[in-house]
Amino acid sequence: MLRLPSFTYRQPRSVREAVAAKTDAGADGMYVAGGTDLYPNMKRRHQEPRTVISLMGIRELTGCEMRDAGCVVGANTSLTDLAAHPAIRRKYSAVAHAAELVSTPLLRNMGTLGGNLCLDTRCNYYNQTYEWRKAIDFCMKKDGAICWVAPSSPRCWAVSSSDVAPVAVAIGAEFLLVGPGGERMVPAARLYQNDGINYLAKHPDEILVEVRLPPPDGWDAVYRKLRRRGSFDFPVLGVAAWVRWDDAVVADARIVLGGVASQPLEVPEAGAALRGEHLSDERIAAAAESAYRPAKPLDNTDFDLSWRKQMTRVYVKGALDELRNRRGR
Amino acid sequence: MAAGKRKATERRKDGKGIQDTSMGPPAVPSFRRIGKAFRKVDATAKVTGVTKFADDLFLPRMLFAKVLRSTQPHARIRRIDVSRALALDGVHAVLTGRDLPIPFGILPVSQDEHALALDKVRFVGDPVAAVAARSEEIATAALDLIVVEYEPLAAIASAEDAVETPDPRIHDYGHGGNLHKVVSLEFGDVERGFAEADLVREDLLFFEGSTHLPMEQHAAVADWSPDRKLTLWSSTQTPHYVHRALAQVLELPPARIRVIATPNGGAFGGKSDPFSHEIVVAKLAMVTGRPVKITLTREEVFYCHRGRHPTLMWVKTGVKRDGAITAMHFRSLLDGGAYGSYGVASTYYTGALQTVTYHIPRYKFQGARAFTNKPPCGPKRGHGTPQPRFALEVHLDKIAEQLGLDPAELRLRHLVPPDSVTANYLRVGSIGLGDCIRKVVDGSGWKDHFRKLPFGQGVGLACSSYLTGAGLPVYWNDMPHSGVQLKCDRGGGVTVFCGSTEIGQGSDSVLAIIVAEVLGLDPFDVAVVAADTDLTPVDLGSYSSRVTLMTGNAAIQAAERARDILARYAGERLGVSAVRVRFADGRVCDAADPTRAISFAEAVQLAEAAQGTVGTMGSYTPPRSPASGRYRGAGVGPSPAYSYSAAVAEVVVEPDTGIVRVPRIWIAHDVGRCINAAAVIGQIEGSVYMGLGEALMEEMPYRANRHVVHKIPSLLEYKSPTTLEMCDVVTYIVEHPDPNGPFGAKEAGQGPLLPVMPAVANAVYDAVGVRVDEVPITPEKVLKALKRKAKGEPPRYGPTSFPAIPWPEPTYVPPPWEDVDTIATASRHR
Ligand SMILES: Cc1cc2nc3c(=O)[nH]c(=O)nc-3n(C[C@H](O)[C@H](O)[C@H](O)COP(=O)(O)OP(=O)(O)OC[C@H]3O[C@@H](n4cnc5c(N)ncnc54)[C@H](O)[C@@H]3O)c2cc1C
Ligand code: SF4
Repeated sequence: MLRLPSFTYRQPRSVREAVAAKTDAGADGMYVAGGTDLYPNMKRRHQEPRTVISLMGIRELTGCEMRDAGCVVGANTSLTDLAAHPAIRRKYSAVAHAAELVSTPLLRNMGTLGGNLCLDTRCNYYNQTYEWRKAIDFCMKKDGAICWVAPSSPRCWAVSSSDVAPVAVAIGAEFLLVGPGGERMVPAARLYQNDGINYLAKHPDEILVEVRLPPPDGWDAVYRKLRRRGSFDFPVLGVAAWVRWDDAVVADARIVLGGVASQPLEVPEAGAALRGEHLSDERIAAAAESAYRPAKPLDNTDFDLSWRKQMTRVYVKGALDELRNRRGR
Repeated sequence: MAAGKRKATERRKDGKGIQDTSMGPPAVPSFRRIGKAFRKVDATAKVTGVTKFADDLFLPRMLFAKVLRSTQPHARIRRIDVSRALALDGVHAVLTGRDLPIPFGILPVSQDEHALALDKVRFVGDPVAAVAARSEEIATAALDLIVVEYEPLAAIASAEDAVETPDPRIHDYGHGGNLHKVVSLEFGDVERGFAEADLVREDLLFFEGSTHLPMEQHAAVADWSPDRKLTLWSSTQTPHYVHRALAQVLELPPARIRVIATPNGGAFGGKSDPFSHEIVVAKLAMVTGRPVKITLTREEVFYCHRGRHPTLMWVKTGVKRDGAITAMHFRSLLDGGAYGSYGVASTYYTGALQTVTYHIPRYKFQGARAFTNKPPCGPKRGHGTPQPRFALEVHLDKIAEQLGLDPAELRLRHLVPPDSVTANYLRVGSIGLGDCIRKVVDGSGWKDHFRKLPFGQGVGLACSSYLTGAGLPVYWNDMPHSGVQLKCDRGGGVTVFCGSTEIGQGSDSVLAIIVAEVLGLDPFDVAVVAADTDLTPVDLGSYSSRVTLMTGNAAIQAAERARDILARYAGERLGVSAVRVRFADGRVCDAADPTRAISFAEAVQLAEAAQGTVGTMGSYTPPRSPASGRYRGAGVGPSPAYSYSAAVAEVVVEPDTGIVRVPRIWIAHDVGRCINAAAVIGQIEGSVYMGLGEALMEEMPYRANRHVVHKIPSLLEYKSPTTLEMCDVVTYIVEHPDPNGPFGAKEAGQGPLLPVMPAVANAVYDAVGVRVDEVPITPEKVLKALKRKAKGEPPRYGPTSFPAIPWPEPTYVPPPWEDVDTIATASRHR
């Protein structure tokens, strides 16, 4: 059986205590929320913390509240609760939908929003046991020197595989981070960077405390997910599409792709193709074409990569059609 | 075949219940138990989590074992240094190949495995060393301290590679180079047959490999007692073969070894070889004097594999205008992986059962199995027959189209007759294939849908057949294939002892129901003691769909012998002759006046008082096949009875993505006689589920450029359908009793898988007009074929060539209708 290695488990009661525990543990410490990403990773020795600091006993990380300035969701909110929350379902249906599409009911019961947004990047040269990785002489992301997906590349191309992150970026959510140096607010897009190893622009000691969703006024968003099966599977492509309506005209738009880069990838050209226009078949096709070009899936997830790239067009078009239909309703 | 014997039971997956649509009154005496839907006798324990699987066993002072596996696909071992591992605190023993130098293997002709590599490794995952330690964590840490120096050899990544690359050889036995086995047989002059045909068609098809994916990962516990007896508990389908392998490798007398098969949490053929880890824990227990357990990781289960052989196939068939086949020539190339396993049999199986569905007067088969540096392939549900069946049924669909015939009609016209012998001398008993086809054609509304649905929707039909147990054992001998002992207790209980193994298929239930039927008891009052080499008579194991027929017949014999004994003494008490005594509802009565009765327990007490303990035995040996001794390889294919299936699949294909969905499958299966309706329907639905995975998504990809590692050895990344992908299943049970089956029963565990893949492939063609001549039918393949079609190229995705294999001159065997001796014997009998 694949066993978890031994580790010290800490259960702080407040964000401050947690940060202190993490500072204590240093580089050997890691936070855990639901553990649905971290524990499997520890079994395969991707991450080898000696001290695991659970965030689950911290009250400040719970709750989901509508305010004037939008909705504030605690990082510990489980994906099940997030997807079922009446206000989220009504006002932020794309968020609820993305959460609902994560993995399986069991994993959604354990998995949290915070963990989902901080999810490790994935690659099928990396998400393997230690013994398997030994047979390929490891890779740059852990224990090795080369990236087998792109051997001449100086960086790791592991894939951003969160379902909620592209939606958070598309709708312009903001994250409250608290660390040893105090707290700061960052726009969702700025938490991520296109590097499979350093995919989060955040200090490892910083805790994601809450997610602020912008007020639901005059915009709409949808999320589409491509995966092999209707449950269980990570996205091999996620499309989050957001538009701000000015009557029937698109005042502003953002298309963000998941599963095709080491971060949720915004395609500004696709948004630009829609701005100031009606969502006509022609505009939709133009946006889909713009999104297709920069999507660079590599051979490190499920499915054939050229097919995945082709699907960008189909899925972006599908997302925009859906937005248009919702507007029509 | 009396029409009155046929009965069909319909049931929908959506739980609409079982409707009995009897096609006439049963011509046999009505059964009390047989045919009813019973909960399996072990079901409650399983669903409540009480069943003890091998990994649930904990013995006092038990140690835990881990196996170090090769990181090289093909290499010589220069040096192994285990000293640092041995020095680690908590480590009790470390073994290497030198501690277990005797080779083993399931087939006597392929004794090519070592429990731990002796001097060479042949795939990433090949066992190299083993550690027993106080905890699994320590054992794992110790693995990292073992130093293995390899001298890498060039690796072979595919069967085509193996054909082209005779050196370096993976094994120094076999056909030559990296070909393990090559077969060439010709039954009648096929060239003459092709010359007589109105149409001759050739097709190339490929069937990708897949693995069994049982929920339970293999586990084993060994105990070496101070009085020098070894006990092994293991999740195995074949305790008898494990018993033999342990005796051979450990050099212990079989009498000192006890193998107990724990309930298997699924097996599907993946637990029917003796495995390295079973031998390793046994040896570790002997060396340490403490019980030792091993539980494989999911990844290691992928390395044990023995799954479906990836198979490239070429088929050429001549037909008359009405679809009558004049000759068929079939070639297969199997990618065997690194070891022999059942591979020689698998190779023959890719050519054996083509003949038992539609009449083929002349038939030629050439098959080759290659060694490659990948986990060994072997028997997975359908063993070697789903691949050729896929090829044949798609090929026939194309032929029907070319001839302008309805594919269902074409098949119905040319069925093999019952009680006949095929070109390759397989004796077909009962065949309900015609009824199966009619059932699914009517049920699915085939005539209104085929070639009539809008673009993107389609239906496809396919048929199949499978054996009910192999006619010959794995090692040559004249003994029975299955034995049953039965003991009647004076309290009224009955215990049956049998070597057959419960792997979730319901073998314990079949034993209980059959004994209950004969002795008039409640199946839940029959105790089953199974799969324990100290306690139970030999049964060869739960493979090749043999248990219901072979164990069932042995159980009937044992139960009838017990019934005869009890009837004699009960008859004396009731004052009637033994033949007038009936057994029903736990009572023994006068058939003429059922109110005159004693309880079953009283009957046992009378018999016991008169003659001592009431115990009987039954055994079963399959009948001699007409193929026997006629040609080399005649041992593979003969079976006491063949089951038949037909399926219609409905598909929806998205033209812009190539994604295929299967909303529903209608499937009819001729099970001969249904013993437990719930179990038969369960097996059929389970087969459809597994077939759907092979049709749409399952594959075993390896990274040829990175040490030929398995690309996705995990439950998450090896894609197998979830309940959401599972289609609705409409099941029809067709009963054409076979004289060789217990109460007429034939198999249900493997056959119904076979028509699923070709039915889906044919339906995809019906939906969007492209042929995907390989499985899995993934969206990228469909989309590529659609693009080719749009460009005016041949609307097809599939293999384009078959490598040049130096086939030996075929062994020529005249088919029965051309063989002078056979014709002479037949006319004498007439
Ligand atoms: C079989 C399987 C399938 C899956 N499928 C999907 C899928 O389809 N889509 C998808 O998006 N995900 C999927 N996941 C990943 C995972 O289950 C979810 O993303 C889940 O939401 C992760 O949350 P968690 O609380 O369990 O994270 P954890 O495992 O607890 O944490 C994940 C990472 O985030 C860090 N972290 C957690 N919370 C915080 C915080 N508040 N502040 C700072 N750092 C934090 C942890 O240190 C860790 O590095 C799947 C996982 C599995 C095992
Ligand atoms: S992208 Fe390259 S470096 Fe990153 S995990 Fe995959 S193989 Fe390793």
